[in-house]
Amino acid sequence: MTIARERVTEERRLERVTIRFAGDSGDGMQLTGSQFTRTAAVFGNDISTYPDFPAEIRAPAGSLPGVSGFQLSFSSTHIHTPGDEPDVLVAMNPAALKANLADLPVGGALVVNEDAFTASNLNKVGYAANPLADGSLSAYNVFRIPVSTLNARALEGLELTNKQVDLTKNFFALGLMFWLYERSMEPTIRWIDEKFSKRPVIAEGNKRALRAGYNFGETTEIFHERYIVPPARLAPGRYRNITGNEATALGFVAASQLADRPLFYSSYPITPASDILHQLAGYKNFGVKTFQAEDEIAAIGAAIGASYGGALGITGTSGPGVALKSEALGLAVMVELPLVLIDVQRGGPSTGLPTKTEQGDLLQVLFGRNSDSPLPVVAPATPAESFDMAIEAWRIALKYMTPVAFLSDAFLANGAEPWAIPDPASLGSIAVPNRTEKAGFFPYLRDPETLARPWAVPGTPGLEHRIGGLEKAEILGNVSYDPENHHRMTVLRDAKIAGIAKDIPPLDVYGADRGDLLILGWGSTFGAIRSAVERLRGRGLAVSHAHLRHLNPFPANTEEVVRAFRRVLIPELNLGHLSMLIRARYLVDAIGYNRVRGKPFRIVEIEAEAERLLAALREPVA
Amino acid sequence: MTDVTTALPVLTRKDFVSDQEVRWCPGCGDYSILAQTQKVMPDFGYPKESIVFISGIGCSGRLPYYMNTYGFHSIHGRAPAIATGLKAARPDLMVWVITGDGDALSIGGNHLIHSLRRNVDLRIIMFNNRIYGLTKGQASPTSEFGKVTKSSPYGTVDYPISPLAIALAAEASFIARSVDTHTEHLQSTLEQAGRHRGSAFVEVLQNCNIFNDGAHREFTDREVRDDRMLILEHGKPMLFGKDRNKGLRLHGHQPEIVTIGENGISEVDILVHDETDPLISFMLAHIYWPEFPVPVGVVRRISRATHDELITNQIDQAIASRGKGDLAKLLAAGETWTVTDDGT
Repeated sequence: MTIARERVTEERRLERVTIRFAGDSGDGMQLTGSQFTRTAAVFGNDISTYPDFPAEIRAPAGSLPGVSGFQLSFSSTHIHTPGDEPDVLVAMNPAALKANLADLPVGGALVVNEDAFTASNLNKVGYAANPLADGSLSAYNVFRIPVSTLNARALEGLELTNKQVDLTKNFFALGLMFWLYERSMEPTIRWIDEKFSKRPVIAEGNKRALRAGYNFGETTEIFHERYIVPPARLAPGRYRNITGNEATALGFVAASQLADRPLFYSSYPITPASDILHQLAGYKNFGVKTFQAEDEIAAIGAAIGASYGGALGITGTSGPGVALKSEALGLAVMVELPLVLIDVQRGGPSTGLPTKTEQGDLLQVLFGRNSDSPLPVVAPATPAESFDMAIEAWRIALKYMTPVAFLSDAFLANGAEPWAIPDPASLGSIAVPNRTEKAGFFPYLRDPETLARPWAVPGTPGLEHRIGGLEKAEILGNVSYDPENHHRMTVLRDAKIAGIAKDIPPLDVYGADRGDLLILGWGSTFGAIRSAVERLRGRGLAVSHAHLRHLNPFPANTEEVVRAFRRVLIPELNLGHLSMLIRARYLVDAIGYNRVRGKPFRIVEIEAEAERLLAALREPVA
Repeated sequence: MTDVTTALPVLTRKDFVSDQEVRWCPGCGDYSILAQTQKVMPDFGYPKESIVFISGIGCSGRLPYYMNTYGFHSIHGRAPAIATGLKAARPDLMVWVITGDGDALSIGGNHLIHSLRRNVDLRIIMFNNRIYGLTKGQASPTSEFGKVTKSSPYGTVDYPISPLAIALAAEASFIARSVDTHTEHLQSTLEQAGRHRGSAFVEVLQNCNIFNDGAHREFTDREVRDDRMLILEHGKPMLFGKDRNKGLRLHGHQPEIVTIGENGISEVDILVHDETDPLISFMLAHIYWPEFPVPVGVVRRISRATHDELITNQIDQAIASRGKGDLAKLLAAGETWTVTDDGT
């Protein structure tokens, strides 16, 4: 300990730090990243995370397709994104280095496990020479650490196989980062004890690895500085760290209580939506029923059946699953039963990029059915907002007797942020009554205000009636092929959904109500757009941001908002779904900024695109 | 009659007739199935508002409109899936699924199999006319090999599927077969299906007098049916024939037809039907005219916990062991931290 006492480690305060952990998909990088996230969140930082992993569970060790990454940003100020680029890249092997180095800015810190830089591993990813030795990393602040060797030494004497010992090395890296950023190991130690309570040797191994990494930082002179990122000034309240999928599942449980109806969640396993099923399956003491169906069609079919019986029927999936559910969604539109479809979007078409994010399903949920088949669409902007949007989806579904599509995506689903835990008593009721009165009952007699039909569930005496996919006679609900009736019913179904615009919040504008440029977005692009607009406005540019949470119908003031700007820029992770809708609906010359790389936008690219448009505005018209 | 029944007003067939005009072709076998279904409804002790008929697409799919109960005419092949969700959400209801050979075994094959293997408490009545009727005469999955139809002018090249064998493979807890024109037998079979707890699958051999007239005539016509059909009764020898003198016996593992009084055969040599014996069920699901008489009646009946019972039990146990869920606690689960007014 002599060395430690004598050395001088400087402490520097930083506003914000972004770390990326990268390694083999079997190296535990997701766990490492989420442990650091929890610790930073509990400490009081604002956080934002971006887990990025391959579809293969275990691609060949050391290969490029097997690289798994977890980027997290923690800050003493309010942040909206997990950061454009890491300040620190932790690369557990040459593949992780090769796959991620391009994102590390010049001067960035690079922590590598030099034990993994063997001839064989270098060869696997096409490094002709060892980058740690050939000077190619001179632009970075490189920390070469023999993680595997040091970790193995720390675990000596434990009854563990070499493979088991090697599996703990991610905790060594985590411990080192905890030291570097002055973080407590306690939350992680508690987690390890709980997780491995039945396997004490494994628990001990992981704890030793964690402490060894921390102590390595403490006792060596590799790092001359430690960094402090003070807690953020978040609004008062009790917080927890939450991912989009977690918030969605909790939102559905809350909706069930606020509607005073049991929850029935029906799903077929599909990335990246399955975690919602896993989570809800554990809530049986809330009366939640979950059903792993034989296929996507059965999953929505069972949800429709449950809703028909008076429950909150929900089906969760991703894009390919929505394609399979299309016909049944049309049935739900026709029989006008409440239902929520959650689509955690991923790259497509077809199987596409199962673990990567995209906003490619907006037009699918709007139009991917036969004939005019309108349904409301909502989309949360951040992971935590998924909670509110799950309740909002149900509020609309119940009040208007309609299926509702809820569009999440892989970035929202897996990304995390602090969430101010709401008091359930503060959440308003969304309950609607069942129809029980016999007098004046007709299955398709509509509420004059909402145009909703009555919900008469089986078991109600005197209201026996038949519904189905065939066109219904207005009011009576009998099968009808009458031409004028079909026209009227088609118009009514459309008017019912369009009328919801009166019942949703107006589109809010961040920045001035009018100006040169409006950046309009939806879904998970919120953070990157908001950060870009903050920077642009900080430089005095007349740029504003509006973000749609309701994609069908649009808020009533949407046209007014978009018309108040000289230019409208719509960044989307697709080839222009929202911009097509805005252009078609309002005849506004919206300009798309479209990238489909399976990754969220970076702040700088939206900033640059906005600057390009603003510069063009300043040029004299030829 | 259970206590529940006596407590309710006595219902008759008429109570289950809806005000909708029946629109099947005159002479269709579906009329008889509808009539027998309406007749047995008062027998189960359920008030009519607690009975739900769910159908898919095809001529059979129209049946719910004609029942004065709750009804849901859904989409092609998916009725078992919708019924599974309804029954899981509402165990108090009596749920019937009405389907056809194309609906159940072609487009909806997967849902049929899985609803049966889960032992969802449904009565699935499959009308088998061995043709697509509503789409005007294409081959169905039960059409005989080589059948000439509009979609197979040179004859089908598809081997037919056995509905009972599928139900057996999925381990339905009740499997039966009946015939549209044998009204008493059909009524009795529907009644037994209705009283079963768990997945009940009933194949009803039905005639389509427009697109596949005489689909089952060779063994169902009045003049020949005694000799060509085997009426199953649990615990009774498998005898058939006008004179009740023919029977099935096992020769090794192969069934064979024998005649009582010939070659020293007496009634004790005849195989006795056991609804719980999987090997007997398997044999019965696979014998058919013209090699054998066509078995009708209950092929298999066993008892095991139903899907909705198992779901409800898990919920009850979770509440018993962990207490009823508290939303405030759930939202605040895991690691939390508090930010106070001064921002710390």
